[in-house]
Amino acid sequence: MSVREIRLSTTPTAEAIAELRLGDVVYLDGLMYTAREGVYMRALEERANIPMELPAESAANFHCSPAARINADGSFDMGAVTATASFRFAKWLPEWMEKSGAKLIVGKGGMTSKDYKSYFVPNGAIYLSTVGYGTGALLGRGVEKVEAVHWNRELGLAQAMWVIRCRKMGPFIVASDLNGDCLFERENARIAESGAVQAAYAGTKPAVLKRYGESDDRSDEVI
Amino acid sequence: MTETPLALLESTAETLMNKAAIEIPQDYLDGLQQAANDEDGDLSSFVLKAMLENYEAAKEDRRAMCGDTGVPRWFVKLGNEARVEGGMCALEDALRRATAKATNGVPLRPNRVHPLWRTDHDNNCGIGAPEIEYAFEPEGDWIDLITVHKGGLFGTDYRMLFPSDGIQGIKRFYLDSLMAFGKRGLACQPAIIGIGLGGSKDICMTLGKRASVLRTVGSKNPDPRIAELEAEFKSLGNSIGMGAMGFVGKNMVVQCNIEVGYCHTGGLPMSVHAFCLSSRRAVARIWPDGRVEHRTDPDWFTPYMRREGVEWAPMVEAAE
Repeated sequence: MSVREIRLSTTPTAEAIAELRLGDVVYLDGLMYTAREGVYMRALEERANIPMELPAESAANFHCSPAARINADGSFDMGAVTATASFRFAKWLPEWMEKSGAKLIVGKGGMTSKDYKSYFVPNGAIYLSTVGYGTGALLGRGVEKVEAVHWNRELGLAQAMWVIRCRKMGPFIVASDLNGDCLFERENARIAESGAVQAAYAGTKPAVLKRYGESDDRSDEVI
Repeated sequence: MTETPLALLESTAETLMNKAAIEIPQDYLDGLQQAANDEDGDLSSFVLKAMLENYEAAKEDRRAMCGDTGVPRWFVKLGNEARVEGGMCALEDALRRATAKATNGVPLRPNRVHPLWRTDHDNNCGIGAPEIEYAFEPEGDWIDLITVHKGGLFGTDYRMLFPSDGIQGIKRFYLDSLMAFGKRGLACQPAIIGIGLGGSKDICMTLGKRASVLRTVGSKNPDPRIAELEAEFKSLGNSIGMGAMGFVGKNMVVQCNIEVGYCHTGGLPMSVHAFCLSSRRAVARIWPDGRVEHRTDPDWFTPYMRREGVEWAPMVEAAE
């Protein structure tokens, strides 16, 4: 099996990003922060000041809530970390990317090639997917230190902005590139072309009572 | 009649929370190992290999398998002679305390929030959370505590089908569910797929959920025709060319479990559930004399649970 393994900084150079190909396996070094709907709403809709220097400190946005606790003495314990599905955050990402200068969006399941082409590529950014899902314990081993937790009081542990120092954190899979191509769409197309789906459906019939607003096209991405 | 000590129930519950989050059940591990052995898709093979390493890392470090530690819930089964010190409300308090303590202790991710106000107590407890459900068996003074931490977002669907939809309609809705949630790996497959057929609408969901989380890999429905369907649906699900993370592959379904309940004569309600790559379940049987026996098979669907007659008559049921 030919899987390329690459060490990548969380403040990557444009050249390092250009090197990445769909399906490469990446391990990250440097600071990464978690930001999902809670952080996006607070930063973009409520216009709160982002409590980090972005992208100087980190250009890697993790769609993640960790399994972690804040101890009585203010220290942190982080056990497992995995990503949550990213397609739900498409609403905020263009503005977030512009504001934060994020180059690596790290999450689950990727976005569409339309998202990649319209705002990832112009910002020189790519998408990294977690593996599995999820290899929470392996990723947890890559957490060298939890540097800070921002907005915990406002958003709760799961939605707070966790700042993680990564050391060879991985594996992640490169799921988009600077052409705006999408690994998951490529795989979906291969599956559709194989004819296996049609074969499995052969003989089945649509439900007698229909539902509104559905897709009956199995090559549809449904996100 | 001796009461089972409350402190023992609570400490056992905490241990179960910990085991469920950290230790992959052996039956699922065996199923996944087999999937990894025969997978030939490059990317999906890589994914399965990484998952197998992840289970080892979790056990070695005693850390949760997955960062999303699901929504903890409880299934409690009591032998007919079992009695809890302090009564059943005391047991519910103990299970809620164990859930909150383990959320901070393991740690787990505090996933539970208010649906509208998004209030998070950071302890996985709240209105209706954790769910605690009960069942009974005709004999015994033991109490089974079962915790399941299933993921909460993808892989589940419900549809009211009708008798004219028949097996072909059931197959179609099954495939639709796999396709919709399998793409990009949203269902975190290969999974234990649970299918609920029949019951009223809510019970149909419950049956399917329990089929996925309370039956093991390798189990079979005792109705031989349903068992045949389970095997057929497993291979059908694995024939669509999709594997782990939605990459090209041949492993979507580690096991397909079907549970049925009597439904309205005009309907055929169906639900589909996917229990993910971190199939978190842990079980312990506690006796009033203080014995505790840990296992991973909930053994929920007993002949009593699946009874058909008006009254429980084991000899008659067995002969049928």
